[in-house]
Order: sequence, then structure tokens, then C-alpha cells
Amino acid sequence: MSVLELTGVSRWYGNVVAVNGVTMTIGPGVTGLLGPNGAGKSTLIHMMGGFLAPSSGTVLLDGEPIWHNQGVYRKLGLVPEPETAYDFLTGRQFVLAMAKLHKLPDPRAAAERALGRVEMAPAADRAIGTYSKGMKQRIKMASALVHDPPVLLLDEPFNGMDPRQRLQLMDLIRAMAAEGRTILFSSHILEEVERLAGHIEVIVSGRHAASGDFREIRRLMTDRPHLFLVRSSDDRALAASIIGDGAARSVRLGKEGLEVEAVDFARFTWLLPRVARDAGVRLWEVAPSDESLESVFSYLVEKR
Amino acid sequence: MNATIAAMTYRAMLGRRRALLLLALPLLLLVLAVVLRATGGDDLDTSVQVLEKLAVGTILPLLALIAGTGVIGPEIDDGQIMYVLTKPIPRRTVLLTKLAVALSLVLAFAVVPGLLAGLILTGTTANVAPAFGAALLVGACAYTPVFTALAVFSRNAVTIGLLYALIWESLLGNFAPGAGAASVQQWALAVADALTSASQVDATVKLAAAVPLLLAAALGGAALGITRLRSLTITGAE
Repeated sequence: MSVLELTGVSRWYGNVVAVNGVTMTIGPGVTGLLGPNGAGKSTLIHMMGGFLAPSSGTVLLDGEPIWHNQGVYRKLGLVPEPETAYDFLTGRQFVLAMAKLHKLPDPRAAAERALGRVEMAPAADRAIGTYSKGMKQRIKMASALVHDPPVLLLDEPFNGMDPRQRLQLMDLIRAMAAEGRTILFSSHILEEVERLAGHIEVIVSGRHAASGDFREIRRLMTDRPHLFLVRSSDDRALAASIIGDGAARSVRLGKEGLEVEAVDFARFTWLLPRVARDAGVRLWEVAPSDESLESVFSYLVEKR
Repeated sequence: MNATIAAMTYRAMLGRRRALLLLALPLLLLVLAVVLRATGGDDLDTSVQVLEKLAVGTILPLLALIAGTGVIGPEIDDGQIMYVLTKPIPRRTVLLTKLAVALSLVLAFAVVPGLLAGLILTGTTANVAPAFGAALLVGACAYTPVFTALAVFSRNAVTIGLLYALIWESLLGNFAPGAGAASVQQWALAVADALTSASQVDATVKLAAAVPLLLAAALGGAALGITRLRSLTITGAE
């Protein structure tokens, strides 16, 4: 059982702050690091993987600093994001080399075990350069698992995978976690994180925006004001009716149509057609205008 | 030293087309030496010119650049180095192993062919061949760590190295002899100058200055490379 502990971690490059005062504890099980692209997820993972020193704060694995501490890799397996992994070696040669670099007592057996674990034994004698994305990801997993580490870090492991490969990798990660490992993976896709992670840490613009299980994160994300763009035959009359009804917090008469800020997503979508009918207004278009993950996340940050 | 890292580095260096690149230049030198000898063009003036300009002045820095940066630069560029660095192996060992591989390649593809070319051209006359062999050896030991360190420091290591070797050493060295004071090539030639009685070999730097400078380049390059690799920062795509 191993624990990663980040305390007041910041990282800046010149004037640009990539990670800002993040404190979190990552224990056994699967933790999802969720955030839009460019939020600082990779920066965080690189600090946890020992490839970046925090500008301030501490990153500890079981109480030991990770930066400038090669010994930490006995307990840590890292699956980096880049696809390239010694393309000229076969899968077996690659995993065996990793086992030897770990100075394991029986590198051959360890390599075979890891290859079996990710179900890559049948393709292990092909050069890595000939592998599909999913196979590359699995051979990278095998290389990170070869020394049986209690902690596994995966940087965007599902990027570019097809749905079947995705499911396979999810099963594998679940199985790893069931053995008591501490697993952290990053993703910018809520559904991925929801399906896999028991615990979610949300990072937006370098800040730690939210933390909890997927139900809590879902609730935070749906319990927010929803913005809709509504176009109708008579925007002005409709605006009056919506305000009169109380289903919306604010209505703005814009160039494109009405910008409505609904308080309760479900109630508003149910009410709007009725309100329109009662007012004798014809609805032309109802579109949610801020459903991108970024806006959901930025709401979470503002709320803090 | 780590045998696994060495084996992987050798495969990366020799497994692909780069091996041909490594082989082309020394082959050219040897062919030239054989042709000169066969046609009787191997008088001492020409031979020293060939060894000085081609072997020490061109092939040595180019091969040291290809090998010195090639053992680690591409791996850092594409992030593959992470697989080696996430192991309980001191990064000093990683760098010194890579350096040893690079040096062995420079020995095989620049120093040995240079010595052979010297023997073909001059035989045992005035110790010219062993003198240039020694110059190539000390030059390799100075160039390679510097270029390897450069590859850990900068993604533009090859460009910077080329600019140094071609512009600084070759061009400026010709026009402004003072530039020779900061030129590995001249330090190496000082060693050749000291070992042969042939008056054609003439270095702009004295041996007493060249030896400590060569040592400083070799040890300084290795030390800088280690220091930088210890704190190698990988920031990823973001």
C-alpha cells in the first residue's frame, strides 16, 4: 500500500504558472486526474514521475521525495504519454531490457509475467514499430509493471485508442487496482474517468478544482447554472414569460436570440415548451451554449 | 556502466541507416589514402594535409558529433529516455554508459581509420602516423563528452556542434589564428606536433596549454552532462 502526497505544489515556467498550489493525497485504488487539455495534468504527472521539480511545495511517495531520488522507481511504474518506445526492439526485448534495468533477480521470468499480464505474449516477438496504438499502450504497461510496483502513473493512457482497446485497458487497470495498487491516470474525458476511477481529482488552469467520487463530481457539474441560447418568433414576449415563470435566473435579449441562465437544468427543459406555448410564441432553436468541458470546469474553479 | 543501456544504445546507433552514415566518411578517407599511395601522390606535404584537414579537421569532429549527440539526443527529444531514467540506476551511470558507447564508436569510425590512413600514406616516416593516431585519440576524448553534454542541454545540439566545428574551428581557425586557442582541433594537433619531427605539422597552441585544455574539455563535458541529466526536466506536450 503506497501513498502519493502532494502538498502545496506549484510549478511555474518564467511568468507562466502551470500548476498552482495543489494539495492532494492519492492512495490505493484508481484515481482519475481529470481536466481539459493544457490544465496542468501532464505537469503534475511529470512531477510525480520525477521528471520535473516542483517550484514550491513537496511531492512525496510514502514520505520520500521523488525529485532527485532514483530509488523511488523501485516502487513506481510510469507509462509516459508519447507513443514511441524503442520501435526497433521487439516487445519481448523491450520488456526484458526494462526488467534488466530494474536489476530483477530473474528478469526473463518477470518479463514473461508482465507480457502475460497485458496479454501481449502472442505478439511479443514483433518489433514495437509494427504495433497498433492499443498494443503499444499495452507493451508500455508491461514495461511499467515488470517490477510489480505498488504505484502506477499513466499519462493519458486512452488517447487515440479505439473503444475495444479502451475497454481492454480499463479491465487491466481495474485488475491492477484490485491487487491494492495505487493507480493514477490522467484524462480530459469525463466519461472515461467516471467509468474507471473510484476517486476523481479535477484540475483546471493549474488549480485543484474539485475532488471526490464520480457522483460528487457529477453533482457539482450538473448543479450549476446552465446557459441556453433560445431563438423564437417573439424573443421579447418569451423573455417576459420565462422571467415570470421563475425557471430561469436571468434572461438577456441578445443579438442572436435569448441568452437564458437556467437554475435547474431538468425543470427548465421541461418548462420551456409549455411557457412558450402559453405565451403563443414559436420556438425555433434551443441550444445549450456552454456544454464544453472547459466551461463546466471553469465554473468549478470560480466557485472555489 | 550498464550493459543493458549500452546494448540498447548500440542497437539504436548501428541498427539503422545511421551506421552507413558513420561508415561513409572513414571509408572515403581510406580510399583516398590508397589512391594517393597508388598514384604516388603520397609525399609528406600532401599526406600531412590529408591527415590534418580531413582526418583531424573534418572526420573526427563530425563523427564525434554524430555519435556523441546520437547516443542520447534523439531519446531525449522523443521522450524515450523516460524508460531508462525511471529505473533505480544513478543517472551518472546512464550518462557515462552512453558516453562510453559514443567514444567506442568514434574510436572505431574515426581514430582507427585515421591511424590506418596515416600508415598507408606515410608508413613509419617521422612517426607521422602514430602522432596523428594520438591526436585523433585525444581529440575523440575531448570532442565526444562535449557533444554528448551538448545533446543533454539542447535540442539543437547537432546544429550548434556543426556551427562550432565548421565555422569556429575550420573557418575562423584559418583567418584568425587566435581562435585556435579555443579549438579542440588545434589542441589535438598540438599533440601530433609534439610527437612527430615532421616540420609540416604545426599547431598554433603549445602542448603545455593543449593538454590541460583537452583534459578540461573531456572531464568538464562529462561532468556537465551528468549534472544536467540528473535534473533533466521533461515537460510533455502541454
